[in-house]
Amino acid sequence: MVKPLLEVKNLRTYFKTRKGIVKAVDNVSFSVKKGETIAVIGESGCGKSSLAKSIIRLLPRNICTYEGEILLENEDLMKLEEKEMNEVRWAKISMVSQAALNSLNPVIKVGQQVAEPLIIHEGVDKKTALERARKALSMVGIPETFAERYPFELSGGMKQRAIIAMALITDPDLIILDEPTSALDVLTQASIMNMLKIIKGKMTKTFMFITHDIAVSSELADKVAVMYAGQIVELTNAENFYKAPLHPYSIKLMASVPTLRTDKKLDFIPGTPPSLIDPPKGCRFAERCPWRFEKCEKEPPSFLVKGDSIVKCWLFESKGSR
Amino acid sequence: MSEQLLLSVRDLCKWFELRKGLFGKAGYVKAVDEVSFDLKKGDAVSLVGESGSGKTTLGKTILRLYKPTKGTIIFEGRDITDLKARQLLEYRRETGLVQQDPYGALPPFMSIKRVLEDPLAIHKVPKSERIDRIYKALEEVKLTPVEDFIGKYPHMLSGGQQQRLVIARAIILNPKLIVADEPVSMLDASVRIEILTLLKELQNKYGLSVIYITHDLSTTRYFSEWIYIMYAGKIVEKALTKTLLDNPLHPYSQVLLNIIPDPDAENRLKIKDVPPGEPPSLVNPPKGCRFHPRCVYIKNGICNEKEPREVEVEKDHFVRCWLYD
Repeated sequence: MVKPLLEVKNLRTYFKTRKGIVKAVDNVSFSVKKGETIAVIGESGCGKSSLAKSIIRLLPRNICTYEGEILLENEDLMKLEEKEMNEVRWAKISMVSQAALNSLNPVIKVGQQVAEPLIIHEGVDKKTALERARKALSMVGIPETFAERYPFELSGGMKQRAIIAMALITDPDLIILDEPTSALDVLTQASIMNMLKIIKGKMTKTFMFITHDIAVSSELADKVAVMYAGQIVELTNAENFYKAPLHPYSIKLMASVPTLRTDKKLDFIPGTPPSLIDPPKGCRFAERCPWRFEKCEKEPPSFLVKGDSIVKCWLFESKGSR
Repeated sequence: MSEQLLLSVRDLCKWFELRKGLFGKAGYVKAVDEVSFDLKKGDAVSLVGESGSGKTTLGKTILRLYKPTKGTIIFEGRDITDLKARQLLEYRRETGLVQQDPYGALPPFMSIKRVLEDPLAIHKVPKSERIDRIYKALEEVKLTPVEDFIGKYPHMLSGGQQQRLVIARAIILNPKLIVADEPVSMLDASVRIEILTLLKELQNKYGLSVIYITHDLSTTRYFSEWIYIMYAGKIVEKALTKTLLDNPLHPYSQVLLNIIPDPDAENRLKIKDVPPGEPPSLVNPPKGCRFHPRCVYIKNGICNEKEPREVEVEKDHFVRCWLYD
């Protein structure tokens, strides 16, 4: 049994806003083994980005609750001081954020920006760092000479590759990819997914891949976590999930994905997700769920195990009859 | 057949001028270059391509939000290529636009009632009729009960509801043609199908013709009768949706179809064939076929020299590629 690289237990991240406390991440637990990719799927506002930011601890100031355990190789990141956490960031966990395309500094050469984590986090001298930056760039498919260029001289896809190079350069254990291809064209997206697959295979990297696009998530995922209204509602392996998801929300979500190769009847989920300020008492999906029954609205479901899957749904309480 | 034809576009070009200094011309960005097609009444056509392929420019030129550089647009037998003020206003009544970003397309300080009343006022619909038509349009897009919505402002609506409002505004004058420019790409997966289903319903109910602009081939299967694939300002392949999805002929269409994933755990084990390079500059497009620098089937001396013609390979299946000529 391989020990997990990352283990998150009962993570809660709440934000304070004028309207009340937003429970963006509410009691989330999961684990990832080394070399495995976990895809976190959900609609906008379900808390998936907040979950990523909680793990790397890049949180806004209006945070009011931040508790639980985040074990990275058995070390609880929650217990670290800000200064110690700064040493974990990039050395052990790096992140490619959603608006990455615009996160390059326009007046600094690409190579220098890619080298920066090495200089800051590992104390490598500038010349060696630049040398390694060139290698990292060529690994993600950018010619080494591009290190001397400025961001505006690169296309969108290349900028995204450069950002990924920056996330890889310190050889971290865990790389969080927050919607890394959502802003890109389909062809560029496909070539970046190709590159990530190669990196995953060659360097046995552990990815946490956050996306709203189920079809794209299947390009990388070994394991899938479906989030709804701040909670993980289904946690399972990729083979099970893409063939037959279990949680009603996952089923409905999968039915809304148009497929290119097969004809299927498309469906959508009526209604909107609940407010995260005052979520429903029982199951958070109950209001929109076609299979709900009395218990669903009264009591929040606990995690129920079915085969390799963990599902947060009362339907699976009695041997999963539906 | 000809009386069923709504729109007929011939050799349409939209070039944007590049300026150099104050007076000199540096050239043109040929965003849309010699595009021809016909659209029948009640049909929906998907215009598919990457960003920068000219699909939005084509849509806006057809709506005459841009003035065409060359070519003709015939709408219901009338040439609308060079319409001026008054007549153009009449043309606007027959067409509608659904934008990509619903929030950006709605004035934040206008209530829903005003958003929908504006087009009615511009087109001089009598005041007594207006409120009925607003109610009808809102019911049509299922923003009901109407009383709950009519006084609200755009920011009070969810993304899906905002897009419904944009659609209501586009159809309130009973147009014959709707251009929907990436109407669902900013919405969540579960809402996308809802909006597309709504558009489809309206299309069938009123015999609307729809030009659906998208970069996502997977939605076209459920939505349109035709698919046109655009690359670097040109339509490279035109076919009925099913034909194109089952048997894409142009190498670029084949690539597009191959790389779009369906949810399947097998995907993670496969490396896909992605052509190298990027779409060409539209200022100096490559000589010959515009896809030739990235094409694996390139025939030297032909593809990089002469521009391919449009050939009808089988009935209703057109392609611009030397492999089939």
